[in-house]
Amino acid sequence: MAVGQKTIRVVIGKVGCDIHERGALILARAFRDAGMEVIYLGRYQTAEAVAKTAVDEDASVIALSDHTGSMRYIAKETVDALKKFGGSDIPVIAGGLIPKKDLPYLEKLGVTGNYGPGTPLETVVNHIREVTEIDWPKGEVPG
Amino acid sequence: MIERTLDPKTAKLVDDMLQGNARALARLITIVEEDGEDAHLVLGQLGPTGRAHRIGITGPPGAGKSTLVNRLTSCARQNGLRVGVICADPSSPFTGGAVLGDRVRMTEHSMDEGVHIRSMSTRGSLGGLPTTVHGVIELMDASGKDVILVETVGVGQMELDVMASVDTVVVALVPEAGDDVQAMKAGLMEIADVFVVNKADRPGAESLLVGIRSMLDLVCHGDGWRIPVLATQAENNIGVEDLYQQIWEHRRFGLESGSFEERRAHQRHDEFTAALQKMVTHQFMQTVAADPQLAACVTRMNAGEISPYEAASEVFRTVSQKLR
Ligand SMILES: Nc1nc2c(ncn2[C@@H]2O[C@H](COP(=O)(O)OP(=O)(O)OP(=O)(O)O)[C@@H](O)[C@H]2O)c(=O)[nH]1
Ligand SMILES: [Mg+2]
Repeated sequence: MAVGQKTIRVVIGKVGCDIHERGALILARAFRDAGMEVIYLGRYQTAEAVAKTAVDEDASVIALSDHTGSMRYIAKETVDALKKFGGSDIPVIAGGLIPKKDLPYLEKLGVTGNYGPGTPLETVVNHIREVTEIDWPKGEVPG
Repeated sequence: MIERTLDPKTAKLVDDMLQGNARALARLITIVEEDGEDAHLVLGQLGPTGRAHRIGITGPPGAGKSTLVNRLTSCARQNGLRVGVICADPSSPFTGGAVLGDRVRMTEHSMDEGVHIRSMSTRGSLGGLPTTVHGVIELMDASGKDVILVETVGVGQMELDVMASVDTVVVALVPEAGDDVQAMKAGLMEIADVFVVNKADRPGAESLLVGIRSMLDLVCHGDGWRIPVLATQAENNIGVEDLYQQIWEHRRFGLESGSFEERRAHQRHDEFTAALQKMVTHQFMQTVAADPQLAACVTRMNAGEISPYEAASEVFRTVSQKLR
């Protein structure tokens, strides 16, 4: 890796009672192969725990995965929890089985990507590279 | 010479971190992990550290290190202590990326404000821990943690690196690894302060315990510490309280015998040497880059016209004269 280049650190969050771990594991490997550090939490997390983990781990981005159709609630809780823990500058992206009608809501929340099944891994990787390029001024601790 | 100080924002991060702000600690760890000039400046601003007891957990892949760390964290929390956890996983030699999965075993602590868990990739280091781990330990210590648990990469061979960073080394073995004990003997003896046979619910645990104990009878730690050999079932939370007590016993023993302070002194000296080396190299390389004659000397060395040693001597002579 080039000197001075930042390592992208991704927290992958599976919130609630979603048992589908395979997709998240495939993503984890794809991110690793793209040179990123992936903090993997396993299944059955709470949105609050994902957010606090992202803050403690100084994550560059949170990737939420859900196949139960509840992304709308998971994303909202995660964004709220990020505010609470002082991490509202951490971008959140999402993927899985997301009801079409929820897409505008998610975009409005600031949650991007919102990929469906079959999205090429490269698309997700590139999206992460894009959103993490929004480099916050070093040292800033946004409220 | 260039005199640099921390920019105000990073300096503010240091202040916030010293007040116990988790976000600030996390950001500073990243700076230290990136190992640039700022890392040195930050570490130079921490004031006195060394209050926290530093515990290393090492052992083969899948021995239950993370599960043990999780349980030990609970023990420390029950005693009202604040805990920092550093867990390392290997980076991919091809892409530099990593999947950091140790946290999966520690989710019960993720909402606890008194616990800060940081996953680190080894970033190419082969010693079972990233080279920057010492700085990260210092940061956690400065931020007010009472106990710092450091989990190494699952290593087949015992790593000596962990000794260089902690006060007490716990080596975790499992019955499945029984046959390897003979092979690992030399390394094991050198680094363990406490032995654990984890997964004691599995067959073969008893004979492994006996094997380690008889091996230990043949050696003696220089300072007179008798290395305890404990059976645990981290998964079932059996024997962990005893392990926790033995770790503190080791600390007490070290403080009384002086071996604790001796080890810390060694570690500080190594860090000092490493820091000085980095600074000197950095300063010299900058001077070389700014001096056409020296730059040409390096180019000739790269081309094989003069040897690396000749070039280094030449650069060293010229630059130290300049700096005088
Ligand atoms: N039977 C049994 N299994 C255990 C025990 N402790 C941990 N395990 C299991 O062993 C597996 C590995 O545990 P970890 O704690 O992840 O081991 P580790 O040493 O951190 O693994 P790496 O970090 O990958 O090297 C998990 O499935 C645990 O549930 C135990 O006392 N008995
Ligand atoms: Mg582990």
